[in-house]
Amino acid sequence: MILHFQNARLIDPEALTDEPGSLTVQDGLIVSVDDDAPEGARIVDCAGRCLAPGIVDWGVKIGEPGERHKESMRSAALAAAAGGVTTIVARPDTKPAIDAPESLEFVTRRASEQPVRIRHQAALTRGREGREMVEMGFLQDAGALAFTDGVRVVENTKLLSRCMTYARGIGALIVGHPQDAGLSKGAAATSGKFASLYGLPSVTPLAERMGLERDLALVEATGVRWHADQITTAGALAVLDRARAAGLDVTAGTSIHHLTLNEFDVGDYRTFFRLTPPLRSEDDRLALVEAVAEGRIDVIGSFHTPQDEEAKRLPFEVAAPGAVGLETLLPAAMRLYHQGGVGLAQLWRAMSLNPAKRLELEGGRLAIGAPADLVLFDPDAPFILDRFALRSKSKNTPFDGARMEGRVLGTWVEGRRVFGGEDA
Amino acid sequence: MTFRARHLLGVEQLSPPEITTLLDLAESYVALNRRTVKHGDALEGLTQINLFFENSTRTQSSFELAGKRLGADVMNMAVAQSSVKKGETLIDTALTLNAMQPDLLVVRHPHSGAVNLLAEKVNCAVINAGDGRHEHPTQALLDALTIRRAKGRLHRLTVAICGDIAHSRVARSNLILLGKMENRVRLVGPATLMPSGVGELGCEVYEDMAEGLKDADVVMMLRLQKERMDGGFIPSEREYFHRWGLDAAKLALAKPDAIVMHPGPMNRGVEIDGTIADDINRSVIQDQVEMGVAVRMAVMDLLARNLRAERGAKAAGEGTYV
Repeated sequence: MILHFQNARLIDPEALTDEPGSLTVQDGLIVSVDDDAPEGARIVDCAGRCLAPGIVDWGVKIGEPGERHKESMRSAALAAAAGGVTTIVARPDTKPAIDAPESLEFVTRRASEQPVRIRHQAALTRGREGREMVEMGFLQDAGALAFTDGVRVVENTKLLSRCMTYARGIGALIVGHPQDAGLSKGAAATSGKFASLYGLPSVTPLAERMGLERDLALVEATGVRWHADQITTAGALAVLDRARAAGLDVTAGTSIHHLTLNEFDVGDYRTFFRLTPPLRSEDDRLALVEAVAEGRIDVIGSFHTPQDEEAKRLPFEVAAPGAVGLETLLPAAMRLYHQGGVGLAQLWRAMSLNPAKRLELEGGRLAIGAPADLVLFDPDAPFILDRFALRSKSKNTPFDGARMEGRVLGTWVEGRRVFGGEDA
Repeated sequence: MTFRARHLLGVEQLSPPEITTLLDLAESYVALNRRTVKHGDALEGLTQINLFFENSTRTQSSFELAGKRLGADVMNMAVAQSSVKKGETLIDTALTLNAMQPDLLVVRHPHSGAVNLLAEKVNCAVINAGDGRHEHPTQALLDALTIRRAKGRLHRLTVAICGDIAHSRVARSNLILLGKMENRVRLVGPATLMPSGVGELGCEVYEDMAEGLKDADVVMMLRLQKERMDGGFIPSEREYFHRWGLDAAKLALAKPDAIVMHPGPMNRGVEIDGTIADDINRSVIQDQVEMGVAVRMAVMDLLARNLRAERGAKAAGEGTYV
């Protein structure tokens, strides 16, 4: 079947352009850009709305195996489709952790039945316990895109160094969570006026920089391909810039929540704002937004972390951290666009092109020959978010009741429509 | 009425006129408490539950006595050991209690913000008797009353709060209340026990006890928790006492008529020299305990008035619509 998207505003993160145009899709691939509609093509009139590559959301927690009541593959996939996410790159911090080829095969099989693409990262150490490395080679052969222990920092530096050395040998990508484990232990907030007034256990923002510096020293020593999952402080950004200038094979991401919220949003101990790492100061947030615009932060992710009501209905410091984000990533990103300073093409560079490139995936581009993973959205459509309307099984979003702009009108994976009605 | 709050979750929510109203009412209860017959009827017929998730003898008995003197039916629940162990959550406990139709719920909890969370789930007036490192509003109010009686005013005083500021809800509540009443607040203690970003909170920070106490009108000592004494935050008990413990020499740097306060229970020889604590010319520590009962009576009285007004309005409203 041939699909022709006409009258669209094409967001091209490779060319960094945002211009009117059209796009033709055949057999699941983009076959032409800005051509006339071919004979017999089904026409999708975009009515001037934005057409962009589908989002590649790197760092999504799906509760399979172990916590399906929080999020199943199915519910995650439906939420993703509704949020314009065409590729989920899932985390291995499940119960049990995805740390063996057998468990990776299991989740890969479950993933293949879903409407959006779901790919997995594997744990870096067995059980994410930081003691023994996983069978990295087997896992890589079985389709693991990268290796990470999630937010659990490998404290044993010697082991981490060996993991990196081994990974370099087989060309694997390691994803680190830059944080000094000792300093951040037990923290629920960032040190400063807010944490002090509200009496919350806190961690200095320097802990992120210290963790990053340790990891980068090992990256330099081993030559491994390395990605920082979330950079959330201005101090760490400067360290990252130096590492890049020194030529290390390093990329970095950040979370949409750290780009759009700050520590004071926690307000009266609202546990949906309890995240890992904790929300930062407004100065840090502004520095991050600037870094995204300049391309110094490569990737924006939702770090979708479903938690059930019970885990959040607790005093702030003992409530489970994390927020869902698959469906709110796009409208939250529109806040950055509407506030100015970050264009749509720059946002899509961070939300689709860069993660796809770094993970060696096909999508993330509007180029001829690329898979037809697309999202059609209206960046201006206003709405008030109702958390119970989310498709995710868990409803823990910090944007509950928030005024947002940006609605997904349609999502296509390999040219198949997975979200939205017949018309744009 | 100038006191409008439904709950007392912290001093943060109180305005200076509300604080004054409350302290004025507490004064009248000080007089009542000194009589042989100590009964009022402000809480007649109301049920007060003291819900303590953390052990406390002093605060709990103070609240119990305050309630009983005003005629409330008082029940104490120590939850520290029982239901929490059985896996019941804070909210379940709150809902269970709520179903028993209490009017006043006095809550202490080891986690900051827990009392706010609980207050959202119940229909009665909630009084924070200390939540984690966040607030302990009745302590700040009783301290304010003690200061006002000893100094004749509650403004333009220099108050030095000394010791473990970082882990102290008493320090936070006092800092906020004394700031609202336009006093000069100094925080004095070792840097390891000072919260981050404290400079932005409108106070002066001193690591040197001598400088911090210079010309102070009020010296407020804080308790140093036993588990923080060895190595983690300070090297040792004796080094702490040497540098930050209140003794006669250090107190001599404050104003000659400076008063000494302590929220109790005291570690004599750790944060305060025993002879100073007992010096009736300087120490108002026993007055603090006495004011505690009066302030808690005033708090519960005012909250009960608001509760009755709210229920009365609701009943009247129901009447018109039926």
